[in-house]
Amino acid sequence: MELSSLAFWILATMIIISGLGVVFLKNIVHSALALIATFIGAAGIYLTLHSEFLAAIQVLIYAGAIAILIVFGIMLITKGEGKMGETNLFGKYKISAGIVVLIMVSLVSYLVLQTPWQITTELNESLMSDIAKLIFYDHVVAFELAGVLLTVAMIGAIMIARGVKKNG
Amino acid sequence: METQYITIGILFLGAMAFALAAMILSRILQPHRPYPEKLETYECGMETQGPTWVQFRVSYFLYALIFLIFDVEAIFLIPWVVKFKELGLPALIAMFMFLIILIIGFIYDWKEGALDWE
Repeated sequence: MELSSLAFWILATMIIISGLGVVFLKNIVHSALALIATFIGAAGIYLTLHSEFLAAIQVLIYAGAIAILIVFGIMLITKGEGKMGETNLFGKYKISAGIVVLIMVSLVSYLVLQTPWQITTELNESLMSDIAKLIFYDHVVAFELAGVLLTVAMIGAIMIARGVKKNG
Repeated sequence: METQYITIGILFLGAMAFALAAMILSRILQPHRPYPEKLETYECGMETQGPTWVQFRVSYFLYALIFLIFDVEAIFLIPWVVKFKELGLPALIAMFMFLIILIIGFIYDWKEGALDWE
C-alpha cells in the first residue's frame, strides 16, 4: 500500500474512534479530550494532503483555542459529577433526534455527491505565498469583513456575559 | 517531502513506544499496595474540601473568547509576515485596517470592564 494512503487510513480510524468517544464516553471532560484528538486527526489529514498551513491552523485554532473554549464552557455549566447524560437537557428525545440526524446526513451526502468539486484556484508548492496573495489582494474585502466579524463576536460575547453578571 | 514525514512518523512512534514501555514496565515491576493518600489526585498541596465539580465564573469564558479572537488574528498575521516584502504597501494598509477594526473591539472590551477581575 502507498504510504500516504496508509497514513490516511490510520488517521481516519483515529478520527472515527475519537469521534465515537466524544458521544459515548460517560465523563464530559473525557469527551472534550476525545474531541481534541479528533481535531488533531483532522490536522493529520491536512498534512497528508500537503497543506501544512491548514494543518497548523487546525492545531492552533481548533485543538488550541476552540478546545480551551469548550473546556471553559464545561467549567461554567457543569453541575454535579460531570456525567454526560446529566449535562445534555435534550438527551431524552432519542427518536426525534434520530430523524433529524437522518435527514441531515442524507441531505449533506446528497449535496456532496451532487457538487462537481471544481478547483477554483490552483495552489502550487509554495503554498504560503499563494495564500498570502489570495488573502491580501484577491479577497481583501472578505479579509476585512472577517475582522468585522471577529469584532462583532467579541462585543456580542461581552454583552451576553455582562447580562449574566448583572442578573446573577 | 514524504521522507520528512516518515522521519516525524518514526519519531512519533518511538515516543509512543517509550511512554508505553515505561507504563507497562512500572506496572510489572512495582509492588501494588494502594492506600487512600496514594490514590489522591495530587500528591502534595491542600486537601480538597467539599465537591470539586463547581461552576466557575463567567470571566474565565470571556478571557478564553478574547484569546480565541486574537488567536484567529495571529493566523492572519502569519502569511502576511512570511511574505511581507513581496506583498508590499497594499497588504500593509489592509493589515492595519484589519488590526484597527480588532483593536476597536478590544478597547470596547477594556472599557466595559471585561478584563477586570473582581
